[in-house]
Amino acid sequence: MNAQLQPTGSAYFIAKETESAEKHTLSVLVDNEPGTLARVIGLFSGRGYNIDSLTVSETEHEKHLSRITIVTRGTPHVLEQIKHQLERIVPVHRVNDLTVMARELGQERPLERELALVKVAGTGNARVEALRLAEAFGANVIDANTGHFIFEITGRVSKIEQFIAIMAPLGLVEVCRTGVAAMNRGPQGMEAGA
Amino acid sequence: MSNAGSDAGRREMSGAEMVVQALRDNGVEHIFGYPGGAVLPIYDELFQQEEIQHVLVRHEQGAGHAAEGYARSTGKAGVFLVTSGPGATNAVTPLQDALMDSIPLVCITGQVPTTLIGSDAFQECDTVGITRPCTKHNWLVKDVNDLSRIIHEAFHVATTGRPGPVVVDIPKDVQFAKGTYTPPQQAPRTSYSPKVQGDIEAIKQAVALMASAKRPVIYSGGGVVNSGPEASHLLRELVDLTGFPITSTLMGLGAYPASGKNWLGMLGMHGTYEANMVMHDCDVMICLGARFDDRITGRLDAFSPNSKKIHVDVDPSSLNKNVHVDIPILGDVGRVLEDMVRLWRATVKPEKSALHPWWEQIARWRSRDSLAYRSSDDVIMPQYAIQRLYELTKDRDTYITTEVGQHQMWAAQHYGFEKPNRWMTSGGLGTMGYGLPAALGVQIAHPDALVIDIAGDASVQMTMQEMSTAVQYEAPIKIFILNNQYMGMVRQWQQLLHGNRLSHSYTEAMPDFVLMAQAFGGHGIRCEKPGDLDAAIQEMIDVKKPVLFDCRVAALANCFPMIPSGKAHNEMLLPDEATDEAVANAIDAKGRELV
Repeated sequence: MNAQLQPTGSAYFIAKETESAEKHTLSVLVDNEPGTLARVIGLFSGRGYNIDSLTVSETEHEKHLSRITIVTRGTPHVLEQIKHQLERIVPVHRVNDLTVMARELGQERPLERELALVKVAGTGNARVEALRLAEAFGANVIDANTGHFIFEITGRVSKIEQFIAIMAPLGLVEVCRTGVAAMNRGPQGMEAGA
Repeated sequence: MSNAGSDAGRREMSGAEMVVQALRDNGVEHIFGYPGGAVLPIYDELFQQEEIQHVLVRHEQGAGHAAEGYARSTGKAGVFLVTSGPGATNAVTPLQDALMDSIPLVCITGQVPTTLIGSDAFQECDTVGITRPCTKHNWLVKDVNDLSRIIHEAFHVATTGRPGPVVVDIPKDVQFAKGTYTPPQQAPRTSYSPKVQGDIEAIKQAVALMASAKRPVIYSGGGVVNSGPEASHLLRELVDLTGFPITSTLMGLGAYPASGKNWLGMLGMHGTYEANMVMHDCDVMICLGARFDDRITGRLDAFSPNSKKIHVDVDPSSLNKNVHVDIPILGDVGRVLEDMVRLWRATVKPEKSALHPWWEQIARWRSRDSLAYRSSDDVIMPQYAIQRLYELTKDRDTYITTEVGQHQMWAAQHYGFEKPNRWMTSGGLGTMGYGLPAALGVQIAHPDALVIDIAGDASVQMTMQEMSTAVQYEAPIKIFILNNQYMGMVRQWQQLLHGNRLSHSYTEAMPDFVLMAQAFGGHGIRCEKPGDLDAAIQEMIDVKKPVLFDCRVAALANCFPMIPSGKAHNEMLLPDEATDEAVANAIDAKGRELV
């Protein structure tokens, strides 16, 4: 975008990026058919875009529609390109930049939640401390015996990160995270459109 | 093409029959292809019918480029049929070529039976995986009852919006299976609906801005050609109404006639001085169906620094991609031109005298004569060869294709195109070997036309085998080879950037093209002297066979004018300034280190 340049002396011109990168959450409504997710991911890798988090599941079974939530990072110009490039994919119905929409609604960011399963093994004080902290974080125990717990915790990404960090010295064994699910506040929904 | 929801046209048939029936129902008359194990049922159906003519190529890449030439010269989708595995992988180059140049192609590939997919079966490859990034869309058909719908959808996606290539991958068991055929219906999928009508408020703003311009320029591209003949007609009308100067990208040549009085010539890296200076100094730029490619803009931070920019494009991702524009208009360029012309007529009082100072400035730039070259009586200058070819073919029904390199740029600079769809070249991908099979495709579509591939000696050897196809189908394509024994454009860059170290850009063992033509069953001509050129070109035109014309040109001629890397439009290297020293120093040492 008319950015500062250095002559490279090659057949190409390399632009120096002057805008700073932002983190945005995109919601992409797609036909749930073979290859759609590969198209979306291939677009990101092929054009050098970043994916911080990606979740996908069919959300409307009768219409075979899936909703993909992507957390990505880029300059405003790149983010606009990502949106348009996604819209070009034939089975993509609609792309919403939830971060932009949230700002338009006067909010800092969209509602974002993640679920994590956290396995912690240990005995004695560490075990007691892990359980106490889990209660403080509102995590549920979904499996346990005398030597371990599996906690289920839901919340913002920052909360999950914090919980995992705290569990690390208390016998953390493994973690599984879903990635971010997101939508905007207010009564409006995301429709497939025309 | 209607009867949505009715049972009319629904019939039981095999998958292979469906393929042929669907091609017929989509108006296909010719397909290019190569048989193999995984498409034999379809070939068996082709054998038993007469409506669709199949052209047997010698390599699948040739089939794809032939389909591209066919598509570009007719405005219809080009269709090609290849087998699984290597057939599909050989199709990748033309698919990517068509993607970058927005050419509608439908590629049908055979696949191993569904039960064997994933087993590393003989001639298996992940065709939809390999072709996903080089197609507009692709499909693997797993159920014969989806097959006809998918083929109809494939034609719809390929030919609408920003056109592009699509692949339909059909496993062999689906070709044998019986199912229900449904005719094309007007109920396209809901997720795909390209916006063709431009926003009228934006168009009004654009017309108002155009009316206020003192130094305007129209910069048109391949989108105008793709939009159909009406768009080219409207473009000419807009130029006449406004009196604006017009330049075009490589892909857009012919949309406005080269003989038109407002024509500036092509712009960009090897464009004319006047076209690039106009782009640099303009106050209003109207970009119609072009995409601010890096060969066009040169150095981006110095690209047309003082202009307001209007950009019309059917692809939203092209708007504001490389260059920030003031008035983006999303829509089909033909439809938008219709509105522009109408609004201009209704709201603008023509005051063409306001543009006089601008045209006077343009005349000064033009007088620089940036396409000049040193003529010679001893050796054929490549520019001279193109000029003579133009003079001797311009009054005929002529189509030109090219390969990629210096000859391509010389053809764009020195051959005058008067109509759209007459110029087939590989722009975005820059595919050496495009021109010969593309010429074949054009000739199949226009059997009585004069079809010439302006070629280089290196490029033409990449797909030379299709001469055999041309002989088989009595397609009298003319391959006009500017033979300098070098990969000329590679050499030019080595001279510019790499201290004149000509690493592997010279062909030491050049084949004898005349003997080669004869070996294929075509006609060979060699010409070495400027004085013999006209007669030799006339011979080429008159021979009713495929011709390889070995035109021996000045070996070390380079292509100018040129915008060197890292330079702006107003820093062109002009032919009379392009001494050896100037060429060697055109890109400074600091720039070279950054490569």
